[in-house]
Amino acid sequence: MAKRATREAFGETLVELANEGVNVCAVDADLAGSTTTNKLQKAYPDRFVDVGIAEQDMIGVASGLALTGRIPFTASFAVFGVGRCYDQIRNTVCDSNLNVKVCPTHAGITVGEDGATHEMLEDIGMMRALPNMRVLVPADYRAAKAAIRIAATTPGPVYVRMGRHKVPEVYDESFVGGLPYAGVLREGSDATILACGVEVAQSLAAADILAKSGISAEVIDVFSVKPLAEDVILSSAEKTGRVVTVEEHMVSTGMGSAVASLLAEKHPTPMRFVGMRSFGTSAPGDVLLEHFGLDGAGIARQVEEFVRA
Amino acid sequence: MSITKTTHETRLIANSMRHDIITMVSKAKSGHPGGSLSCTDILATLFFTGVMNYDENDPSSPERDFLILSKGHAAPALYAAFHQLGWVRDDELGTLRQLGTRLQGHPDRNALPGVEVCSGSLGQGLSIAAGAALGFLADAPEGAHPRHVFCVCGDGELQEGSNWEALMFAPNHGLSNLTMFLDLNNLQIDGDVRKVNSLGDVDAKLAAFGWHVIHTDGHDIERLHAAVEDALGFSVAPTAIVCDTVKGKGVSFMENEAGWHGKAPNEEETALALADLDAERVQIEKEA
Repeated sequence: MAKRATREAFGETLVELANEGVNVCAVDADLAGSTTTNKLQKAYPDRFVDVGIAEQDMIGVASGLALTGRIPFTASFAVFGVGRCYDQIRNTVCDSNLNVKVCPTHAGITVGEDGATHEMLEDIGMMRALPNMRVLVPADYRAAKAAIRIAATTPGPVYVRMGRHKVPEVYDESFVGGLPYAGVLREGSDATILACGVEVAQSLAAADILAKSGISAEVIDVFSVKPLAEDVILSSAEKTGRVVTVEEHMVSTGMGSAVASLLAEKHPTPMRFVGMRSFGTSAPGDVLLEHFGLDGAGIARQVEEFVRA
Repeated sequence: MSITKTTHETRLIANSMRHDIITMVSKAKSGHPGGSLSCTDILATLFFTGVMNYDENDPSSPERDFLILSKGHAAPALYAAFHQLGWVRDDELGTLRQLGTRLQGHPDRNALPGVEVCSGSLGQGLSIAAGAALGFLADAPEGAHPRHVFCVCGDGELQEGSNWEALMFAPNHGLSNLTMFLDLNNLQIDGDVRKVNSLGDVDAKLAAFGWHVIHTDGHDIERLHAAVEDALGFSVAPTAIVCDTVKGKGVSFMENEAGWHGKAPNEEETALALADLDAERVQIEKEA
């Protein structure tokens, strides 16, 4: 099975949307090759702006372009394209409810070798806290294509979290996602694993391992972290009675804490949180997933402890 | 159509705007009179001397020029201009900063038509203005004047590094349809801008970044008008109109006092302030 990174879908889908007559453009901050917006730059030079290494200006320029009727997508590494310009995203994009799409790549621990300063682990929390912002975390290349399309056709601010790590295909060409959307990828009865992004494929691998130990795990892709597809999550929690959330993000503010808030209010359910609790470090992405217990074996181990507890 | 008044008429309008600013802030018991009064003549020039394209009957008219008040704390000055246009009603002036008002503490585009973007977190307006100017420049039909974007920044605000990203970006993209006003009143909350963290020779800095720089008296309507006409006719680079201004201009006890940055006058002070403005009005009328 071909492995592809979610970022590979980004520039490509922008070109498709432009071909279809959708008024998209990209504003990048000196990382067009890495974010893949250089594909739009090549196909449609007048729909691409490079502000240089100036992420605050990137969000401001995109906001101004949105005021002229365009649909700008901002692109950088998540650590810079969110962290450096959070005030602009909060006070300009979200407070004004502008049609700006904040779509960084290189999120999460799987950035790998570049190490802690480049591994964004707080972005889901920062973005889901903002009124008017929607948050999508695609699991694979196909899901990322769907997420970019949803962002382009949904008025107002949308955040799409993409990565550089090559992940196995979870979906085929028919995947369209939704807002909200959560998909049951594997049915089970002993525990529900809610995963997003690269952790979806890892969680499916964990379910295979767990099956060999006689544990039946349900695996759900939380494609939209905000809004959550509440019905899908609640009905699975009611069915299995145990929920484990898995993400390459801080557990303190990520998808897991969004799910915890939902369950605490509507159907209190015992939970475990698999994710990050510290800064990352340098190593290849796969090594880091294993090191931090975020690979299939690590997830399976933590789910099994929970089920047998 | 936008409104075109004479210099003398515009001076009277600016005086009325200052009257509104004091009245609004006094009633609200909070707000920013100093920086509102320092940029009043800049806004009056834009709205009432025929240099900015807008429709007085429709603040959201499709072909309008943009005004972005990056120093959003000067919102009362913007509301005062809107009041002159009828975009803010007489009975709304007393609602500044109160629950349910369209006159939010800082400009809110969701609340009040005519406000292009929410502002108030300093250092963001110029990038937004540059992005809009970039879009308008690309959209302008061959040979036609693109829609223009005006942006009003404070001098203390230029201490925000984000501005310098935008100051680099705009000339590099040839945004001749962008004009920045720098409200150079030399005061910020903690005191004199030149002592807190000086901008140095700001004209030279802006010119070095590639801006067309005009330095003028920010309270002289005629010179401000001429500067904007110059900017509108300049087709090579964005223009920065650096305006020497007086914080608190028009109210004797507020002038050049940093303490009036974000403080409302009490009842007695309000009466004194309005008396100053009434005296100024008599003076302007005499000069007709």
